[in-house]
Order: sequence, then structure tokens, then C-alpha cells
Amino acid sequence: MPRYRLWLLTAALWVAGCGGPFPQTTLEPRSDFGSAIDQLFTGIFWWAAGVFLVVETLLVVTLIRFRHREGRPAPQPTHGHTLMEIAWTLAPAAILVFVAVPTVRTIFTTSGEAPADALKVDVIGHQWWWEFRYPELGLVTANELHVPLGRAVQLSLTSADVIHAFWAPPLGGKRDAIPGHANRIAFRADRLGVYAGQCAEFCGASHANMRLRVVVDSDSGFGRWATVQLAGPAAPAAGTLAERGKAVFARSACLGCHTIQGVSPGVIGPNLTHVGGRTTIASGLFPNDSAHLASWIADAPALKPGSLMTRMKPPLTDADIAALVAYLASLQ
Amino acid sequence: MSAPTSMGLDNRKMAFWAFIGSECLLFGSLISTYLVYKGKSIVGPYPPEILNIPFTSVSTFDLLMSSLMMVLALAAVQRGDMKWGKIWLFSTALLGLVFLGGQVIEFTDFVHKGLTIGTNLFGCTFFVLTGTHGAHVTVGVLWLLTLWLRALQGKLGRPNAITVEITGLYWHFVDVVWIVIFTVVYLIQ
Amino acid sequence: MSDARGEGLTSWLTTTDHKRIGLLYFWTALAFFLVGGIEALFIRVQLAQPNGQVVSAETYNQLFTMHGTTMVFLALMPLGASFFNYMVPLQIGARDVAFPRLNAFSYWVFLFGGLLLNASWFVGPLFHAGMLNVAPNGGWFGYANLTERQYSPGPNIDFWLLGLQILGISSLAAGFNFIVTILNMRAPGMKMMRLPAFTWMTLVTQFLIITAFPVITVGLAFLMFDRFFGTHFYVREAGATPLLWQHLFWLFGHPEVYILILPAMGVVSDVLPTFSRKPLFGYTVVVYSGVLIGLMSWGVWSHHMFAVGLGPIADSVFAATTMLIAVPTGVKIFNWIATLWGGDIRGTTALHFAVGFIAMFIIGGLSGVTHASPPADLQQTDTYYVVAHIHYVFFGGTIFGLFAGVYYWWPKMSGRLLDERLGKIHFWLQFIGMNLAFFPMHLIGLLGMPRRVYTYAPELGVGALNLVSTIGAFLIALSILIFLVNLWRSRTHGRPAPNDPWGGATLEWSVSSPPPVYNFSVIPTVTSRLPRWTTERHGPMRDPPATPPEPIHVPGGSWWPMVAAFALPVLALAPLTQTLWIAFAGAAVLLAGVYGWAFEPFEV
Repeated sequence: MPRYRLWLLTAALWVAGCGGPFPQTTLEPRSDFGSAIDQLFTGIFWWAAGVFLVVETLLVVTLIRFRHREGRPAPQPTHGHTLMEIAWTLAPAAILVFVAVPTVRTIFTTSGEAPADALKVDVIGHQWWWEFRYPELGLVTANELHVPLGRAVQLSLTSADVIHAFWAPPLGGKRDAIPGHANRIAFRADRLGVYAGQCAEFCGASHANMRLRVVVDSDSGFGRWATVQLAGPAAPAAGTLAERGKAVFARSACLGCHTIQGVSPGVIGPNLTHVGGRTTIASGLFPNDSAHLASWIADAPALKPGSLMTRMKPPLTDADIAALVAYLASLQ
Repeated sequence: MSAPTSMGLDNRKMAFWAFIGSECLLFGSLISTYLVYKGKSIVGPYPPEILNIPFTSVSTFDLLMSSLMMVLALAAVQRGDMKWGKIWLFSTALLGLVFLGGQVIEFTDFVHKGLTIGTNLFGCTFFVLTGTHGAHVTVGVLWLLTLWLRALQGKLGRPNAITVEITGLYWHFVDVVWIVIFTVVYLIQ
Repeated sequence: MSDARGEGLTSWLTTTDHKRIGLLYFWTALAFFLVGGIEALFIRVQLAQPNGQVVSAETYNQLFTMHGTTMVFLALMPLGASFFNYMVPLQIGARDVAFPRLNAFSYWVFLFGGLLLNASWFVGPLFHAGMLNVAPNGGWFGYANLTERQYSPGPNIDFWLLGLQILGISSLAAGFNFIVTILNMRAPGMKMMRLPAFTWMTLVTQFLIITAFPVITVGLAFLMFDRFFGTHFYVREAGATPLLWQHLFWLFGHPEVYILILPAMGVVSDVLPTFSRKPLFGYTVVVYSGVLIGLMSWGVWSHHMFAVGLGPIADSVFAATTMLIAVPTGVKIFNWIATLWGGDIRGTTALHFAVGFIAMFIIGGLSGVTHASPPADLQQTDTYYVVAHIHYVFFGGTIFGLFAGVYYWWPKMSGRLLDERLGKIHFWLQFIGMNLAFFPMHLIGLLGMPRRVYTYAPELGVGALNLVSTIGAFLIALSILIFLVNLWRSRTHGRPAPNDPWGGATLEWSVSSPPPVYNFSVIPTVTSRLPRWTTERHGPMRDPPATPPEPIHVPGGSWWPMVAAFALPVLALAPLTQTLWIAFAGAAVLLAGVYGWAFEPFEV
């Protein structure tokens, strides 16, 4: 039987290997939080693998050695053996100590505490998008979290509606975002990159679509990004499609749900002041390009079931949508 | 009358003790929730403004007395004295009804003072807890009246005294739960 | 009163015979198992590729909710119930359970609850929605506050909570019944430490049921009050917390998973000795481990909540208790292997499934240990890694164990042997299918796919693994088909089963297959844990004579358990349809049923 298991594992890994890079993997940590967990898990995994090998081999050997053969005498009716019982009670207990001690240590080092100068971000889960607020910077954005490399970051997670969970696997484990509570994740990213994540607590119709990106930038890159975010929205040049788009925006229901600084105050949906600069739209669902943006604006619920961004009544014309797309793309 | 059993206890009595154990967890969950949410109501009315300890003490006393009636009922039936058996059974049920009446008066008063089941956490936990208890008392009253009617029909007596004993177990349990509720909700504020 | 042994629909509808009730449970549980399995196949087809379009998000959310709810409450628990209904009285040397009508009541409540729950698939139009629109969709664990009326406005969650409340009553009633039966109705000489391991594990399971179900009853009641009567038990704006639901649910939920596994462990503990031809190694330790597991199952519930932010101290405590509970579990595994060691192992299908249980449960148990470490669990929880774990223990564990029970006990229940060749094909296909379906899920989860998602991005790179998993699921389906063929053919083509086709040690093998309606013509006097074997201390017991020396009274049937049971779905209809008078009708039916039951002349 171990041979079957080995074959299956090899096949699985081979098949998995065909999948290429894994942007949401937990197995290649990119932060101290992620690494602490990975180290702990690796240790536990090898203990488990060892126990698995020993016990399954024992089982297989037993089955082969004692399978029925003609002429075999009746088995000894052994009822038990106290010493063996003690041994196989104490041995697993001892192994568990090797699991428990690093576990408790890591629990305390990953409890979400961070130094006082950590970059603080409030993460607010909504059905089905992510709001990010940087209270010390006065910055509000959505779906794409930017953090500087090597600096302590502390996320404070909560929810505006139902329970969600913030999870960017390469940067570490998840914690629930619970309405009325604040959970904390603290980490220090150790490699530049754009990391994928998604909600990991079933939160209704589009739970599967509540995705996110975390951009780990250099210190100066982060500073530049923050400056851009804090500035007002780009004003579209006169006579451009984008200017027409701004006018469409200003007379549409978009106003009621979205904030564009100085243009509209809505807070039901994501802040769009600098949406043009994000890598994805619709909370990580699609690349931020005009084709996807146009389909999204035309009929969001078709792409994200349950979405509150229902089709306009009367529906926007293609021309209006194209203008809106140009406007939003200009909001870098 | 019943067959010999492995542990010497009548099957029905054993089942009933198991049932009481289970009910302890039911009421335990309700009482724990009350305690967890105690003091967390965002709006009033709050317990000190609403709860009338003197009135509820009388209700509690009434329920305690009904347990006494129950004990007397069982003793009577066990010695075959169905005249007193009927009287005590009926009295138990009557005192139970009085208790329920007291609950109705109390709850109506609370509603008039602005505390309904949906007003605040105190309302939610209080009414669901005491309401569940009240439902248990109601079942008990029905059960006692049924026994009383059977006794009137001459179908209850010493040979099937065990049914009265089990009724007594239920009734005393419901009483004990009330003592706990009274203590936790009314006395310890 | 109809003859309990009679044929005809009425005799089945009014039966109070534990053997018939066991069969009713078996067929009904099997049917629901197939329903849950089809739901799983839909899930797997949808997930076979990224961005799947086979079912809508809404349908998918109903599918995984119903799959979990159906498998836990309508398939696995009742399949276990089928065996303890049929076998426990036989194993303890009794003629029936303590309360035969209550037993029937448990079955009818289960059936009606299951039908109510599954009716939700079809009755959408009655609620001004499409078909396939109002089945429960909040997950089998129904976390608040997603389940509040505000976020789940339709009747989906109402079906769920009402269905579960009804099913809870079924389990509770059976719990009281079997505790009294096992403690109080044993044959002379059947001391507690002579009980077969299966009966012991059943006893522990019943204690878990009667203590755990009241907690979820309260949790569900709170949800019902929130949804119907304007309370705020889980509503943040009123100062409450949705975490109350999680605590109540998991206080029930963790004992529940032991409720699901202990009967299967009991089956394995009975099957292995029979086919090794030696006694269960360390019987006392196995029994005490089972009791300990039952007790400790109350101390681990928050290991389902490691991502909730309980704080490092609570996390550490629950990590410790969770690791501790692995110890008695491991002890059982070693005792089972030691039972096989030195034996004369006959590879019947039942034995294959029992061994498969051990092999798969080891994997499920080990992945459970990885979950026991909260920081590690922060990467595993709510991902496919957990889905792998639960299926290794529920499918590799419970289902394999219960199939061992089927192949072991079906001859006793039906009087026909199942075909061993088809059985082995069933086993191997199911074994391979299971590992193909669920092993990749460990990796899928670690590669970042959360659970309860109706689709996933191609970029995740888990498409190929998901496809493998889907293939495995269909292999499982094929294996079940083969089992069904075997089951069906055995009715006409199966060899007639003797009293004791396997050389069993316990009392159920001392009577005919199927047993006479009164079980034992003469109640045996038991002097050993292995009454039917030759041991160092005694020869085999003499089986009861074929005909009873004096007439045996067998209780007749009764309609009242079904009537009383029927009141429950009627009562449930009141909130579902928001019609008050239906509640009064339901109460009236309940009163009629209970009074009819209480006052009909019925002698056990």
C-alpha cells in the first residue's frame, strides 16, 4: 500500500508540475509570518510523514505476513499486552511534544503584535470586495494592498457585513474579518512582487470572486504610490473621451456607490479615485483593461453573481460605457 | 410489573434521567448565552429597571410549593391513597398554572415598559430563556392534568405509581431550573 | 394490531421491530447517500476546470451545503443507526430495544426531516423563485451572520434550520432509547466489559448525541428567533457577536464528528477479530479509549476557530487538547494492527474495508494533527487541505467502516450473502477512487485554493489536480454502482446465509439469518466476551434452539409513532409559509399522536 501512495503522490506532483507557477501558494513564503508558519508546518509534516511510513508499513507487513495459508495453526488468542499499550501511548505523546512546543512558540510570535512604528492598515471586508484604509496616511483604496518591503505591517481586519477572511498565502496565514471585531495580522514582506489572495470564509454568492492583490514595493516605490493615492483624481483633458466619461459618471447612479475624490461621495462600493492604476478590477477578478472594464460596467452581476452593482436602468449605451472606461482608465 | 433489568432501574426511569441530563445541556446553553450577553445591551430597558424581585419571589415560592405538592402526590399514590393522590396532583397543576399566570403578568408588564423580545440583548436572552422554561412548565401542567384525569377514571393507582414518579422527576427538574434562572437573572445582577 | 412479522405495507409502516427499523434506516440512508453523492459529482464536474460554467454560483452554493448536510445527517448518521438498530439488541442478547415505538418514531422523524430538507430543491416556485433556488445555501455549518435574514432573505436557511431541528429530535430519541437498552437490557451474564466493541462504541456515541444535540438546538433556535421574531442573538448592531453561533455550533460540531466515527470504529473492532480468528487486542484499552475520546471531544471545539482571533492563550489550550485527543485515537489504531498480527487473516470484503478504514484513517488523523497547530492551520483552514482531511476521516474512515459493516452484517439482515468478487471490485475501485479524489486536495489547498468556491482562477495552477480529483470522484461513483448491483443481485442470486457465515464470536451469529422476530428463542446466559468461540476458558456456547420452548410475546405494530413524527414537518411548515394556523394544526397532530401513543395498550 505505501507503493500506491508513493505512486499517487508522484503522479500528483507531476500533474501539478504541469500547472506552472503557483501565485497563491503557501509553500513559498514571502514574509516572516509566512516563513514562521512554513517552518512549523514543515517540521510537523515530516513527523507526520514518518509516523505514516512506520504505521502503514506495519499494517502492510502484518497483512502479508499473517494472511491465511492452508495448514496454518490456529492463532494465539492474545488478549493484550500492558507494556505495549504503555509504549504506544507514550510514543505518540512524546512525538506530540515535538509538535506542541514549536506550535505554542509560533502562536505567540504570530499573534498579530507589531512594533509601534509598523505601517497600519485597516482591512474591511465587504460582500464582495476589500476596502483598505491607511489611517496614519489618510489613504483609502480598494482590492489592491500596497506595502513597503521589509517594513513591519499590521493589518486590522474587520467586516462591514458578514464574516470574511483575509488571505494572501505567500505572505502568511489567514484570519477572519468579523463584523464588530478587529483581528490582527502582522508581517514583514521580504521579497518584491505582486501576490494574489482571496477571501477564505464563505460569505455568500460571490465568495469565490472576492479576490485581492498585495503589491510589495520598495520603500521609495511605496512612498510614490502613497503620494499618488493621496492626490486628487486626474482631471481629464478637455475634449477627450475621458472628459465625456466624467460627465457620464456625474449623471449616473455610479455616484451613489463610489467615491471619486471631489466628484462623488458613495461608500457602498470601492473607492475609484485612482482605479486606473490598479492591476485588476472587480476585486482581483479581471485584468484592468478596457475590454474587461466595459463588460464589468455593462453587467457586473453577470460576471460576479449577487453583485450589488446591478445594471443601470435604462442601461448605459455602448458609447457611454466606452467613455466611462476612458475616464476610469485616466484615474491613475 | 416491569421486567427485570440489568441495572435494577425501571427502563422508563433510566430514560428519564438521561433526558434530564440532556435538558441540563439545553438550559445550560441558554443560561450561558444569557451570561455571555449580560451587560452588553446597547439600549435599555436594563434589568434593574424592569425586574420585580418581590413579585418573582412569590412566583418562585409558588413553584417550590408545587414541588411539595408533587412529593405529596407521589407519596399518596405510592401508598394507594388515590383520594389524596388526586388532590395533590391537581394542586400541583394548579400551582403550576399560577406560576404561568405570574409569568404572563410579568411579561405583559415588561412589554408595557418597553422590553420586548427584540428590543435589546437583555430582551432576547431573557424571553427565550424564561419562555423555554415556561414552555416546559406548560408541558408539565398538561402532563399533570392528564394524570389527574386518568386518576379520575380510576386508571391511575399504586401499580403504575412509577408514572407519577417520573412526572415528579420532570416537575422537580423544571423547578430546579427555575431556581437557577431566578438566581442568575434576578438575584445576581 | 398488525403482526410485526407480516408482509405488506401496513406492517412496515407500523413496525416497532428493531430489525425492520434497522432495514428502513438502511434503505433510506442509502438513498440519501446517493443523493449526496450526486451532489458531490455536480460539484466535482463544476470544479474539474477553472472558470467552470456547469452550474451557477447560486446552485453551487446550494450543492455544497446540501452535500455536507445530507452526508452528515441523512447518510452517515442513519447508516450507523441502521447497524446499531439491527445489531445492538442481538449483540446484548435482548429481544428488542427498551422503547420500540420510540425507535419507530426516530425513524419516521428522520425520514420526514430528510424529505423536508430535500423538498427545498423543488419548491422554489412556491416561494416565487425558480426551481433549484431555495435549497439551503449557507454551508452545512451555517455561519452567522451570513444566515441572518438580512443577508439570506429567502427561505433557504429556514429549510435548513427547521430540517436540522427535526433531525435532532430523531437522534435524541434514539439516544435515550439505546442508552437504556444497552445499560438495562443485557442478557444475564452480559457484563459491560463483555459487550462487543461495536455496542460499546454505540453507547459512547449515544451519550455524545444526547449531550451535544441540545447545544445546536439552542443555536438553531436563536437563529430561528433572529430570522422570524426579530431577536438579535447574532447581530452586531445590537451588541451581539456572530461568534456565539460558532461556539454553539462547534460545541455540538466536534462531538458530532466523533458521533460519526465511533460507530465505524466499533464495526472495525468487531470485524477484525472475526477475520483474524483472534480476539480484539487490548479490548479494555480500546473500550476505554473510546470513552476517553468521547469525553475529550468536549474539550477541543475551538480548533475549528483558530482563524477567528481567540487569542494566543485560547489557541494554545485548544491546540494542546486537540493534540491530546490524538493519543487515544492512535492507541486504537495500534490495537487494531495488533489484532491482525499473529492472526489467520481471511481476506473477505468486510476485512478489506476494515483494513482500508485503518489505512485511510491514519492519513486523515495525521492531517488532523497538522491542523492541531494553530499557526500551521492558518494556512490550512478554509482551504482544500481541510476538505482532504475531512474526506479522509469521513469517507476513508466512516464510510469504509460502515461498508465493512455492510459486507459483514448484510447476510444477517437479509439472509443472503453478497458476492465476494463484486465486493472486492467495489473495494478496490472505491479505494483507488477515494485516493485519487481526495489526496490531491491536500496539495490543492496548500497551493492556495479556498473551499466553498464555485470556481477558481486558471492562474492558480490547480486545474490539473482538480481534474484528477474529479476523475477520482467518478471512480467512486462507479464503485458504488457496483455495490448497488451486488446488493440488488444478492436478493435473488445471493447464496442463502447460514446463521454464522464468518465464524463470529458474538451473539448475533447464534441465531438465523435473518433472525426470528423474537431474536432469541431462549435468552442466552453469557459467560464470556467471546461466547461463540472456543477459548482457553470455555468451549463455544450452545446456540438457542430453532423453536422457542414456550410462546414468546412479540409487541405488535403501532401507527402513533408515525403520527407523532408527522406533526414535526407540519409544525415546520408554519414558519416556512408564515401561516400561524398551521402551527396549531401541527400542535394538534402532535398532541393526538402523543396521547394516542401513551394510551394505546402496548406491551413490550
